[in-house]
Order: sequence, then structure tokens, then C-alpha cells
Amino acid sequence: MTPRRCGLVSGKGRWDALSHSRAAPAALDARLRVARAGFRLELDLTVAPGEVVALLGPNGAGKTTALRALAGLLPLTGGRIRLGERTWDEPPAVFLPPQRRPVGVVFQDYLLFAHLSALENVAFGPRARGAGRASARELARQWIERVGLAEHAASRPGALSGGQAQRVALARALVTGPQLLLLDEPLAALDASSRLRVRAELGRHLSAYPGCTLLVTHDPLDAMVLADRLVIIEHGRLVQEGPPGVVAREPRTDYVAHLVGLNLHRGLAEGGTVLLSGGGRLVVAEPATGAVYVAFPPSAVGLYPQVGPSPQVGPSPQPPAGSQRNAWPVTVAGLEPHAHTVRVRLDGTPPVLADVTTAAVAELRLRPGVRLWATLKATEIKTYPR
Amino acid sequence: MEARQAGGARRRVARGRLPLALGVPAVLGLAFLVVPLAGLLVRAPWRTLMDRLGGAGAGQALRLSLVCATLATLVCLVLGVPLAWLLARSGLPGRGVLRALVTVPLVLPPVVGGVALLLVLGRRGLVGRHLDAWFGVSLPFTTAGVVLAEAFVAMPFLVISVEGALRAVDARYEEAAATLGATPWLTFRRVTLPMVAPGVVAGTVLCWARALGEFGATITFAGNFPGETTTMPLAVYLALETDPEAAIVLSMVLLLVSVGVLAGLRERWVGALR
Repeated sequence: MTPRRCGLVSGKGRWDALSHSRAAPAALDARLRVARAGFRLELDLTVAPGEVVALLGPNGAGKTTALRALAGLLPLTGGRIRLGERTWDEPPAVFLPPQRRPVGVVFQDYLLFAHLSALENVAFGPRARGAGRASARELARQWIERVGLAEHAASRPGALSGGQAQRVALARALVTGPQLLLLDEPLAALDASSRLRVRAELGRHLSAYPGCTLLVTHDPLDAMVLADRLVIIEHGRLVQEGPPGVVAREPRTDYVAHLVGLNLHRGLAEGGTVLLSGGGRLVVAEPATGAVYVAFPPSAVGLYPQVGPSPQVGPSPQPPAGSQRNAWPVTVAGLEPHAHTVRVRLDGTPPVLADVTTAAVAELRLRPGVRLWATLKATEIKTYPR
Repeated sequence: MEARQAGGARRRVARGRLPLALGVPAVLGLAFLVVPLAGLLVRAPWRTLMDRLGGAGAGQALRLSLVCATLATLVCLVLGVPLAWLLARSGLPGRGVLRALVTVPLVLPPVVGGVALLLVLGRRGLVGRHLDAWFGVSLPFTTAGVVLAEAFVAMPFLVISVEGALRAVDARYEEAAATLGATPWLTFRRVTLPMVAPGVVAGTVLCWARALGEFGATITFAGNFPGETTTMPLAVYLALETDPEAAIVLSMVLLLVSVGVLAGLRERWVGALR
């Protein structure tokens, strides 16, 4: 690089500031308040430098709204966004437009510019932020190599596979050295076969990235694998937050329980028994008192045929004998394939999900309407305070 | 055997036959459009064609037409593309009304457009009065007036074409550019404009063709001064009174240009737009 060109680059204040900021990562501290017709987002969010936070939630929970507010594509109506000492948004006085925030965004369908090559897509950010043409291309080339696409540098996005396009999008977002990296469903557009590999790659890049990362997803697996901490929102509000391991073991809402694949009930514990709020009672191994959640995996639920004169007269008076401390009559409401087993939805008090093998489905002649006994060992149930 | 053949023939006919009520007007319509053009070719004085084309009047008119249409198209590009962007992208209230206003010159008789231009930009017009007094500029009955009249009539073609292209483009690409640090102006130049390029080119060609054929507004606002404001369409009309063969030759040149434009449009851009 010639001295003259160096002078040109450092002459651009913004690009210079950006390079400095790369050296000193700062934490994100946001109080996101967005009010729109029929929807309110009220979410307090902090992300430490180097930390990957996954923002999970059902459709319409406000995930994308949160991401757009952080990127500057949607102004807050209240609260504030701060990164380190710098305030990005604090209505009504402060609003930093997106092009002046040190952010990198990987959009769900990547939004690569179709008329530019992969390399030019990556060079776009440095150019826009004031780098000279040659240094922008050099920087882009380094990043294209870093994501393993050196031989596709000249390809147009249309000629790239989904996984390759995702890597270009990641390089494009990271090349400017952003302090905050926002990923919007970065793996959703990929097919199952490339997803596993791209997820692992993404994990490597994220652990090498020194800034704050917010990953928006509705896929619990992406969140569990990639994130240090999960933030789960429903209807624009936080419902649960914690390390993936804890969230996976102790869900606190039906949505989270569904995400992590557990049966979840609320109840009042008295010693070794929990009276469920929805009706029914469960015997648990760990004695507890007061308001609790009880959670257990569908694979822990056993199903037994009702041995009665005929199914029409109702449940047999005798539950199956065995070591299970819990047994209650249930009716099959639905069946769906789940990985290598079948997940059976059962109505009863309480209603439960049970995982059984396809062989069991055939043997028990499971179909909607069939009556069974559900059993559950007390040791399989986890209770934790509400 | 015979019966089957007859049945088969009937089926074929039944499938292929056009209802008479549609077929007859359709053929008449086709003839109506094609026969006059064919007549032009039949009546063309092929032997003296080159001489007449070389004649000073024809060459002058053609050159003036090409220059004015090109300048008018440039004016339309400079003003029309931003206008299309305003209509397509800005959250401006009353955009529907604006869009309707922009399309008025499309349906307005060009003569009326010329009269309107005279009233505003004429020497005693609302704006023209000041142009004359302050800058000594007078637009009517000049070559600049030709360019203005053509631009006035042709601009809606460009605006509508570009606006349609802009509206078809996913605005999230512009958001992506913003998160990469691009100002709105840079985003427009490096992201939006390349994405709507086919629409801009199609609109430019249509606009240019319309400007080239402009007659009513031009003769009203710019008059008919050979070498200064007499464009091809004016020359054709005037020649028809004095020298019909010359009119035919000039018309053929315009026809050739139109067909060329159409062919170019179809092959390069119309397909891409679809």
C-alpha cells in the first residue's frame, strides 16, 4: 500500500473511528420500547463483548422489531440503545441513522446485491464507510478467504449455493469490524444437509468475533448450539432468560417447553405431591413446597392399554401395576412423527405428550380416540419454583 | 371409418375455430394497423430515395429531431428518475394525486400541452415573463423550446416505467446497504439504480421514441422554423402539402427508427422486465 493511499484512508474520519472501535469492544445496553398499532415491544437487553445472545420467540413476538431497532432501521418510540459510552437511540433527542452505527447485519435471505460479485458485496461496506477502492478490495479479499470462498470471489450471488451466500453475507457483515453483529435467522434459508456444516462454521466465526452478537432465531437448536445465553420473548416481552442448559431443563412457559421438547405443568407442591393447576396430581421424587413448575420429557411417559371389558365403558379401574408412581387415564388426540419416534398427544388430566416407537404405535393400535393409561416415574419429574 | 374421420375433422375444426364475432374484427383491426404502413412502402419513390434523403431539408430535420429528442430524454432522465423515486419510495402523503398529475401529459392532447407551455413559459407567460426580464431568455420558438415541448410530453413514459421498476424492487436491499454504512444517496446510486436499470433503459427508449415523434406541442410552443424548430414530424406534415413524395420518404425514415427502437426494446429489455 502506498503512503499516499494510507493518507487517503486515514483522511476519512468515519473509517478511522471504526478501526479504533474495533480495538475496544463495548457492551450493548438497550431498553427497547417500540409502540405500534396493536403491538408493543418492551425488552431490556444487554450483551457483553464477545457474548452471543440468542433472541428466541414465536412468530410475531417482536424479534425482528428488536433487531431492526438495534440496526437503526426502526426508530425507538421510548427507552434507549447504548453501546459502551455511545448512545445510538434515545427518543426524542438522539437517533443515529443505520449508516452511522457500527453494526453488521446478516439478513434472513442475506440480501446480497445481485449486480455485484461476492468480493464487491464484501467490499461495499468498507467503501461506503470511506475506505479507498484498493484497500476496500484488499480487506474484502482477506474476508472472502477467511470464510473459504477465495475461488468464488468473482461469482455473482446468483451463482452461489445457499451456504456460500450465507458465508458471503457473514463476511460482508463482519468486514467493517462492527461492534454489534445482528443475525436474523441466519440458517433458516438453508436446507437440512448444509445447515449442520454452516452452523458449525458460523459457531467458529462467532467465537472469534470480539464484539456483541445478537442472534434472532426461532430454531431452538441454532440457539442452543451458537448462543451463550438465551433471551426468550413472547408478545413483545421477556418470558425467560438464561444459559441454554438451564432453559432446556427448566422451561417457564408453554412456548419454551415446546421449544425444548418437554411436558410442562404448573402446580402447588406439598411434600412429594404436586397438585396441578389444570387438574390432576403428580407424585414427585424431590419434595417441594409452594408454587412450582413440573417438567418431564415425553420419552419418560409410558403408555399401557386399558384392560377392561370394552373401551366404550371407560377406563379400566385398575391402572397398570409397576414401579411408576403416577398413572392416569388418557385419550389419544393426535400422532406425529418426531425424529425416529412418534410423538403422541394425549388428552387427560393432565394432558401430556409421549414419545413411543413406531412398533409401539402398531402394537397399541394408536389412533385418535384410543384410550390408554399414561404412566410416569416420579424420578423423571423435575420440579422447580415458579 | 368415414364417420371417424369426419368426427376427427370436426373436433379439429371445433378446437381451432375462432368465433366469427371475434375473428372478423380481429383481422380488420390487424389490416387497419398494417395496411397504411404497407402503403407507405408501396408508394415510396424508391428510385429517387437516396437523392431526396440527401436533400438539405430532410437531413437538417432529421439531425434536429435526433438532437432534440436526445436532449429532451436527458432532461427527462435528470428530472424523471428522481420524480419516480419520490413517487415509489418516499412516504409522501398524497402520492396518488401526484401520480395522477404526472400521467396527465400522457392523455392530454399534445396541442393543449403546447398551449399550456406557452401560457407559462411564453414571453408574457407566468414564468417566461421573468425569464425574459431577468435573464433575457426566451424559450418559445427556439430549439430549446422544442426540447422543452418534447420533454413535457415524453417524461410520463419514463417516470411510469422507472416507478414501476422501483416498486418491484425489494426495499430491504436499501436497508442492507444502510447497515453497511451507505448514505441514502450512495445507496441510490450503487444499489437501487443498478437494480432498476432495465426499467430505466426501457423508459428511456420509450421516452426517446415519444420525443422523436412529438408534433402537437412542438408546433404550438416552438413553431416551425427550418433548421431551428422544424423536426421530422413537422417536416413530414409540411412536405405533404408541397411535395408528397418527400413526405413519404421522411415518413419512412421515422418508421424505420420506430421499428428499430421496438426491435431493440423487445430483444434486450422487454423480456428482462417480464
